[in-house]
Amino acid sequence: MMNSTTASASTLSTEDISVWFGERQVLQDINLVFPANQVTALIGPSGCGKSTFLRTLNRMHELIPSAGLAGRVLLDGQDIYEPSVDAVDVRIKVGMVFQKPNPFPTMSIRENILSGLKLSGRKITDADDLVETSLRRASIWNEVKDRLGDQALSLSGGQQQRLCIARSLAMNPEVLLMDEPCSALDPGSTRRIEETIQELSASMTIVIVTHNMQQAQRVSDQTAFFLADENTPGVVVEFGRTEDLFNTPIDPRTNDYVNGHFG
Amino acid sequence: MAIDQKSGTELTQRRKLAAGPLSKGDKWFFRATAISANFAFVLVALIVVFLFVNAWPTLSAQGISFIFGDIWNPDAKHPVMQLGPMLWGSILVGFSGVLLATPMAISAAYLIVYLLPKPAARVATTIIDLLAALPSVVIGLWGIAVFSPVAISWAKISNQLLGWIPIFHVKDPNSAFADSPFIAGWIVAVMIVPIITSVTREIFSQMDDGLINGAVALGGSRFSVFRKVILPTSSSGIIGGILLGLGRALGETVAILYVLQLSFKINFFSVLESRGGAVASWILARFGEASNSEFHGLMAAGLVIFLVTLAVNMVASFIVNRAQPWRKN
Repeated sequence: MMNSTTASASTLSTEDISVWFGERQVLQDINLVFPANQVTALIGPSGCGKSTFLRTLNRMHELIPSAGLAGRVLLDGQDIYEPSVDAVDVRIKVGMVFQKPNPFPTMSIRENILSGLKLSGRKITDADDLVETSLRRASIWNEVKDRLGDQALSLSGGQQQRLCIARSLAMNPEVLLMDEPCSALDPGSTRRIEETIQELSASMTIVIVTHNMQQAQRVSDQTAFFLADENTPGVVVEFGRTEDLFNTPIDPRTNDYVNGHFG
Repeated sequence: MAIDQKSGTELTQRRKLAAGPLSKGDKWFFRATAISANFAFVLVALIVVFLFVNAWPTLSAQGISFIFGDIWNPDAKHPVMQLGPMLWGSILVGFSGVLLATPMAISAAYLIVYLLPKPAARVATTIIDLLAALPSVVIGLWGIAVFSPVAISWAKISNQLLGWIPIFHVKDPNSAFADSPFIAGWIVAVMIVPIITSVTREIFSQMDDGLINGAVALGGSRFSVFRKVILPTSSSGIIGGILLGLGRALGETVAILYVLQLSFKINFFSVLESRGGAVASWILARFGEASNSEFHGLMAAGLVIFLVTLAVNMVASFIVNRAQPWRKN
């Protein structure tokens, strides 16, 4: 029963990930481990490659013809880029929430929740239950339960983003990737999504890209600091417990960044 | 209260910001554009008036049966001119063309926007636009010389496989297939593919990438993303493009005349039979040897097809303009 029970969280790790767009290398030798049920924040100035890195974790770069990759991404020990692995299966296990809320405008709230199953050609066994469970897990059930048939665009920005989280949760992912999920939202919506992230980490592994230092400290267990000097690919400068990285950074560049001296 | 020293008016008093009188050069520029622009409007108005005036004798004599009847006998003592088979033929050919062109056009637009690398997409776009630049007489000649024999064999296969469907049924296989609405539909399709493609391409390229990324991240394949996200979001724009194509198809003249047997024995839907109609082609076919009485009949036919095309185009532009496929911002 895929719908009513939740899959267990998985450990995700990367080995020497480098990424190119055409001739330009944008990431070099990224080695990170995202343990099960932990929230990892990826921080760093704009253009340091943190979003690019996030997208290697569910093979989203395959839509870009010029993208190239070296290294491995291991989901519970299995390389997701191995030829025998289907990208669709990867994306079902590794869900993604984007910067700008992107509910499907021609679909109702309910249809948006079920859209992943339809898009990936999966069977829907108990649709009503799945819709309710997913919306509850994204803490938006009470706001929309009486208007599941309404168009998704009738919701506010914050609600749309939580709908998108619920839509990902309906696929029952083991890992959830979030690419600056609150950057387009007001403080109230941001706080609610941060609470949701905390609740979700009980059942999945979460990787979140954020520009907001306070947010990284509030929601994450561990933090990776990305940096790209001019015309060089992005690298991870420092990676560790969030508390340590913000309070007692080892690298002076980390210290400068988390204390707002640049970026 | 502050007073402006120069003019003596209060500073808080509301002033006009619009520019003052036109300068000398601007006056001439204004007159020249006004005259040129009005000339275009006057021309259109004169043509419409010309059509109305010349159509009136026939329209008033024939009444509503001009649209629905099926006899064309312009030189009798009491001339009878009824356009029904030609008008219906235009619709049949137009819809055949649209049905054949739409899958081609949507596929081409999808290929150009989503699958081909940029340089190849530019080449493909140019090739399809070239198709729109071909004079229809050239397409017509190609239709007789090259395409008809091929299309006749397709028609025969359709009849053998699908003859049990009334649309593909023929009474006598020996006198069918050639010069049929099926072939005219193909010729029209060739001409409207560029129109539908360019509208669809525009709609597709305005789609929000966020929706496509979202659908892919949810485990969508290219096909399921196309069917469940791209197509529903752009459907109203595509329908507008199809109607623009239909407008062109309804007014098509010379190419259809080459490949269609015009007949006043009305053909409602048997697209493989060797008889059909097309209003514009009928006008062209008869105009050279028309008597005064038939001339008015042909003008009435022109007026009717003008009004139908105008209506289709107006609905199309309304739909295309209203289509806001959740654009990029």
